[in-house]
Amino acid sequence: MSEVNILVLRAAGTNCDVETAYAFEKAGAKATLAHVNRLVDRSVSLDDFQGLAIPGGFTYGDDVSAGRILAGELKNRLADAIAAFVEADRLVIGICNGFQVLVKMGLLPGDESSGRVTLTNNDSNRYEDRWVHLKVDGGRTPFLASDDVIYLPVAHGEGKFVVDDDATLESLESNGRIVLRYCDENGLDAPFPYNPNGSVGSVAGICSASGRVFGLMPHPERNIETWHHPRWTRGGSPAQGDGLRFFTNAVKYFS
Amino acid sequence: MIWRIEVATNPAFTDAAGLAAVEDLADAGLENISAGRFVRVFTIDGPLNAADAERIASDLLADPVSDIFSVNKPVDVALTGSHFTVEVAKRPGVMDPVEASTLKGVSDMGLAADAVATSRKYVFSGAFSHVAFERVAASVLSNEVIEECHFAPVVPSARATISPYKFARVEVDLASAGDDELLALSKDKGLSLNLAEMHAIRDYFAAARRNPTDVELETIAQTWSEHCVHKTFRGIIDYNGEIIDNLLASTVARVTKELNRPWCVSVFKDNSGVIDFDGKNCVCFKVETHNHPSAVEPYGGAETGIGGVIRDPLGTGLGAKPVANTDVFCFAPPDMPAEKVPHGCLPPKRVMKGVVSGVRDYGNRMGIPTVNGAIVFDERFVGNPLVYCGNVGIMPRDKVEKAALPGDLVVVIGGRTGRDGIHGATLSSAELETGSDVVWSGAVQIGNPITEKKMVDIILQARDLGLYTAITDCGAGGLSSAVGEMGAEIGAEVRLDKIPLKYQGLAPWEIWCSEAQERMVVSVPPEKLDDLLALCASENVEATDIGVFTDDKRLRLFFEDHLVADIEMNFLHDGVPRLERKAAWMPPSLVEPVLAPKSDYTDDLFAVLSSPTVASKEWVIRQYDHEVQGGSAVKPLVGVDNDGPSDAAIVAPLRGSNRGIILSCGINPRYSDIDPYHMAANAIDEALRQIIAVGGSLERTAILDNFCWGNTDKPDRLGGLVRAARACYDMAVVYGTPFISGKDSLNNEFQTDSGTVVIPGTLLISAMSVMADVSKAITMDLKTPGNRLYAVGTTKDELGGSELYAVNSLLGANVPIVDPLAAKAIFDALSSAAAAGLVRSCHDVSDGGLAVAIAEMAFAGGLGVDAALDAIPVKGKPLDARKVLFSQSPSRFVVEVESAKTKDFEAALAGVPFAFIGSVTSGDRLTLNYEHEQVIDADIFKLKAAWKAVLAF
Repeated sequence: MSEVNILVLRAAGTNCDVETAYAFEKAGAKATLAHVNRLVDRSVSLDDFQGLAIPGGFTYGDDVSAGRILAGELKNRLADAIAAFVEADRLVIGICNGFQVLVKMGLLPGDESSGRVTLTNNDSNRYEDRWVHLKVDGGRTPFLASDDVIYLPVAHGEGKFVVDDDATLESLESNGRIVLRYCDENGLDAPFPYNPNGSVGSVAGICSASGRVFGLMPHPERNIETWHHPRWTRGGSPAQGDGLRFFTNAVKYFS
Repeated sequence: MIWRIEVATNPAFTDAAGLAAVEDLADAGLENISAGRFVRVFTIDGPLNAADAERIASDLLADPVSDIFSVNKPVDVALTGSHFTVEVAKRPGVMDPVEASTLKGVSDMGLAADAVATSRKYVFSGAFSHVAFERVAASVLSNEVIEECHFAPVVPSARATISPYKFARVEVDLASAGDDELLALSKDKGLSLNLAEMHAIRDYFAAARRNPTDVELETIAQTWSEHCVHKTFRGIIDYNGEIIDNLLASTVARVTKELNRPWCVSVFKDNSGVIDFDGKNCVCFKVETHNHPSAVEPYGGAETGIGGVIRDPLGTGLGAKPVANTDVFCFAPPDMPAEKVPHGCLPPKRVMKGVVSGVRDYGNRMGIPTVNGAIVFDERFVGNPLVYCGNVGIMPRDKVEKAALPGDLVVVIGGRTGRDGIHGATLSSAELETGSDVVWSGAVQIGNPITEKKMVDIILQARDLGLYTAITDCGAGGLSSAVGEMGAEIGAEVRLDKIPLKYQGLAPWEIWCSEAQERMVVSVPPEKLDDLLALCASENVEATDIGVFTDDKRLRLFFEDHLVADIEMNFLHDGVPRLERKAAWMPPSLVEPVLAPKSDYTDDLFAVLSSPTVASKEWVIRQYDHEVQGGSAVKPLVGVDNDGPSDAAIVAPLRGSNRGIILSCGINPRYSDIDPYHMAANAIDEALRQIIAVGGSLERTAILDNFCWGNTDKPDRLGGLVRAARACYDMAVVYGTPFISGKDSLNNEFQTDSGTVVIPGTLLISAMSVMADVSKAITMDLKTPGNRLYAVGTTKDELGGSELYAVNSLLGANVPIVDPLAAKAIFDALSSAAAAGLVRSCHDVSDGGLAVAIAEMAFAGGLGVDAALDAIPVKGKPLDARKVLFSQSPSRFVVEVESAKTKDFEAALAGVPFAFIGSVTSGDRLTLNYEHEQVIDADIFKLKAAWKAVLAF
């Protein structure tokens, strides 16, 4: 198997870059951290990578709104390079702030016909770090293969998924593009704190029509070791955290 | 052209910020509010036409789905009925972090703007009066220290222009000043120098046959400040007739010297204490306080508190990567009645919310997990809340040493310099009324975490490339103290006019002493300057060469070729006369209350669990990102529902390695009311037993001291401080845990109309322990029905200063007394048992005693307990049930052991006091028996609900 090269993008205020790169490395990829300025000045080229990860953080302080300034920078300064990358058979994952960036630059949902979505203030109006159960609708995106319920942490203040109208949600739903939903232990829809931010349709992550662009609010890179699980001392936690599959599936896609 | 753009939540969506504002107003007593809306306002100045402004609004500022906007007219927030509007804007000169990001967004769109100001507008409807609204809104929705409220429509206006500073040499006449004049001068200029110190300065300049310049005088005042040189701790103290020459050296630092641990790599000399982590890397830890700024402006004070302490590990050695934050607060109770809050103090709940938001917003944006802390409540913190912020960093072993060399350039990296923090609140009202744009902002420092994050990212790269020879942070005293420290042994020359400013108009001494945030100073060999500047520019970090380190052991400062300061480093650093003070401590005359025995103490358990000091801090903890960097192995919340109170946090700082650090803290100010010695001893015991409780050991455990005290000019306060410091020595030397860093904050007193509110003498002990494998950790939640429960350690008649007494408005006299030899034996035995895999769960017994510890273990595990406490080890005459349940004797634990391992566990604990007390059950009841009576019987879910309800805002 030839090496799978992943670019982990950083900008002012990115802060989950190291552990996201580590998760890809643990999954067998080669991860390279690069500042967005290097893409803008063309000293780093997306052409050299099969995957692009936009990690969590507070890019540019989340001033104006979460991810908005980096989204504008990518859209206004790197439009062609990113369009070409997404067109080609490459993978893009945006985690937390990265999801906010993908949504605000229009890469998710990414097709005019499916309407518009955004991520806005949590119903609680505050930042919260908590673990959530997620129902997976696998197969549509290479990042997730099987249907099951997984457990990951969220940590954000602006993660409430909303849509411009009901038709948008229906369209995403009917096309299997809502790949992660907040749920209870049994995979059933449930209110706060199960749905930690008040997301419409309990949406936690969606993918593009191609499935190759994927964004989610929870942090898979924070559940890859046994001892990441908040209850690992109680016994019975899996040897590998539920988050690792996102990264191994991405690597598998290219092998 | 000036454009005013208003952005509001699309009425089809929840306006969470508007709802929160309604809640806050209602909390403050405004009745009959029917709805509230939140509007973000951007005032943009620049060569933009109407189409540009529209595009900026729609493509940058307003979300296309969830927002609505309007340009140059109020946005329609769809409220019916009578409206009440308030707009909160930053006062002139107060830094607005959103400006730079917005300007960047505008520039990325291919447009150009010159300036952006943001403000918050709130619109409410309801049946209340304008008078009531204006009274409540200003205090609830704004902080008048940094913001102003407009109740009339705001007309956008351009920024006031500031005239540049014109150089004028200012000399201060000391030569002819008498003692009264010297003292008046110190007071008027806010120098905080006493007469002996003023004499020393006068004599120094008399010998040089000239008067000092304003820059020289300010530089000396900063360098000699209590904050920088710890004059009290290093001074000479007459304690009840006994002379103590340097309290620090004879207590805290003496422990470290005598223990002489090989793993203590750099202690009490750099910006944080450094210990060996794994042979290749070191970890360092520093805890600071930011009390006064947080009392004035809780949000900004706490933000800059955490921002400041992060720069300590970053400024240690050649720079450590920050990997964990800690925070410990002392507040007045959030429900303290308004009439009891003295004039001039912010309401306690407001202080608490502001401080928590400040730590949240700065720590989370820095990408540093906030993993451990505590909150203690006492009404005496009303005027002086205590805000302790800590930071742990990691760095390669070969980056611990540093030295600036003559010829190296002085380079400042990071944020720009403004009037931030100059002399606290001493700016006169005359100055405030001159209408200048920037006279404000002196007292309060506003943080910009993204400036600091960028700076950290670039400094760690520069460190690894070897681009500088030394680094330190700009903290208290700003550049004055940073350059002064780095050049102390060699000398330095700085061009003050080269230092980049936020705005014009600063006098040379203001530039030099400004406490503007987010700045570091590095010493750079000339041949590496270009590489360093290019690296910084590559990630939009500002770096400026402002001078050179010399070899003449003098500090020389220039402003546009004028020499404005020329002082010998020797005098600056060693010229301060030592402080001589009197101290006395008399034990207070207290009596232990005699309370009638009861047959059932379940109500008392509920009351103690509901006291805010004991109650769940989940509302606070969840607002902090405690998992960023991917190293969180034991989180602050544990148990079957992820909401039990963990004893300590464990973080694995290097990805791919299971080696970790345990962080914990001990604090119990109420014991000071009985005896500060025992207050300090208990704080140390508490921090260390939490390390043991999560599976750690005393081996390679280091501790930090942070004293917050009243006015130590008063002998009784200083006497208490002496006792506390002596306990530090007596305890730590027996536990074998060296102090590696410390700090003190004195003068925490608040004058009211009716007298002085003095905080209880408070020592925070923070502990850091290296753990070989985090996957061996233990948590406090009960695990399995049928497992056996043990009480470890001796229970005594020690309810003095307890939570049980406090909820009954009692103090008592029998303060818990630590026996460090006995404690160490217990800690070592339990630690070995845990390492051998014999411990299933373990909780330290602290506030609220055995009853609270067992209850917390039960509800955290979602399991019942059936136990009898008759066999527990006690000392002295037999204890009644109240004392058995609630006494806060130190060095105790409750331990859960699997039935099959009880023999081995008991063998491992041979020689230390312990007893089998009962079993874990699958039910939902906590049943505790004593002397054949059932003294507690409660539903664990009800106990948990009471414990969780108090601080769930």
